[in-house]
Amino acid sequence: MSRLNWQIGTVVAIKPETPRVKTYTLRLPNWTLHRAGQHYDLRLTAPDGYQAERSYSIASPPEQTGEIALTVELIEEGEVSGYLYEGVAVGDLLELRGPIGGYFVWPAGAPDAPLLLVGGGSGVVPLMCMLRHRQRAGLRNPVVMLFSVRSPDEVIYQEELEALAQADPTFTLLLTYTRHAPVNWTGYQRRLDAAMLTEAVAHLPSAPQCYICGPTGLVENAATLLQAQGLPDDSIRTERFGPTGS
Amino acid sequence: MAFINKGFQAKRPTDGAHKLPPGQYETKDFPVLTAGPTPRINLANWEFQLEGAVENSVKWSWNEFNTLPQQSFNPDIHCVTKWSKFDTKWRGVSLDTLLEHVQLKPEAQFVMAFSYGGYTTNLPLADLRDGKAFIGLEYEGKPLTAEHGGPARLVVPHLYFWKSAKWVQGLRVMAQDEPGFWEDAGYSMYGDPWKEQRYGSDDDEPEASTTSFCL
Repeated sequence: MSRLNWQIGTVVAIKPETPRVKTYTLRLPNWTLHRAGQHYDLRLTAPDGYQAERSYSIASPPEQTGEIALTVELIEEGEVSGYLYEGVAVGDLLELRGPIGGYFVWPAGAPDAPLLLVGGGSGVVPLMCMLRHRQRAGLRNPVVMLFSVRSPDEVIYQEELEALAQADPTFTLLLTYTRHAPVNWTGYQRRLDAAMLTEAVAHLPSAPQCYICGPTGLVENAATLLQAQGLPDDSIRTERFGPTGS
Repeated sequence: MAFINKGFQAKRPTDGAHKLPPGQYETKDFPVLTAGPTPRINLANWEFQLEGAVENSVKWSWNEFNTLPQQSFNPDIHCVTKWSKFDTKWRGVSLDTLLEHVQLKPEAQFVMAFSYGGYTTNLPLADLRDGKAFIGLEYEGKPLTAEHGGPARLVVPHLYFWKSAKWVQGLRVMAQDEPGFWEDAGYSMYGDPWKEQRYGSDDDEPEASTTSFCL
């Protein structure tokens, strides 16, 4: 049995993803194989001993050994994200432990089965890990990602997602912009709804395994709508993300 | 050697009257965390059961359950995802009241709480007694919403909040400890926030985590 000990990772790269989101790649002395969808706990310690911890989903696939990428959204007044955003540079050390979480993970049993990934905002991070893992493992199970963002500058991993959708006919990317869409946008421009989920499911040859991650409202809504379409409860896995008042 | 993040300091002092367990921060919201869709339960079909290592199983309908004496509870609650919330306001039925209705078998030591939707979580029986746990029916003066586990949720505030099973349907009394849903997925068998027992490997005794530890 593995112990979840704290370890000190070195920041080896920082990549801005959007104006409020950055990806931190950390080299770990005790890297452990993770499953797509798991997270790490990150802990900051002040000189007076005060500590703050947060959980961040792993964005990098398990095939990327020796290091992990954590994609972090800057939260208003966020104690940990604020420090990472302002105070951390390449070469700095950060304390963390993981991988953690045994439920919101893929493959959960049937790696050939169709997948529906529903993400809102930074909820896309664990879903991206699943996609990257699928790609690196050479899997070709049909996948639809329905990704809800407020505006064009908030599409985390946009280039990579669009390139993958171009290159892989078994992957469909459906974006919806809930506040502002790009000029000449012909896709969805509304909050996630029943019609959108019906269309997403219709892209797939059979009932999918669903992973939903995002703010509570979106997750509740998507899970309830997929249930109403007759998908079994145990095929719908959820994870909530985003600010919790801090 | 203590590790320090240069330039890091607490952003907000926490409310002086309350203490935060290690690694937790205070939130004024009531975040929602669930592994799957929210079950919607028809009160006409709702029932609550005490079963397992008892001489007499008991079952209450919604109406019967609501005739049981209720109390107010104002606990601080601590979620394993790092948020804590102070002074939450509940009404509900104490587990002491419920346990008066059954005669426990001598081997009764642990409890598996089970829920509509299939969720389970394990607890020592002793952690449900002496005013330490209740079935919450109202939150902040209103019937508990489905999102937060309504119509009825187990509340065991001195343990991490995943032990406070939402949509609770009953308690199965057991002789031996067994892992529930999150415990089977790598979380602590006991979940004491003050000892920061978040994950299986944070537990005190190695025999407490005989479950497969899903890393």
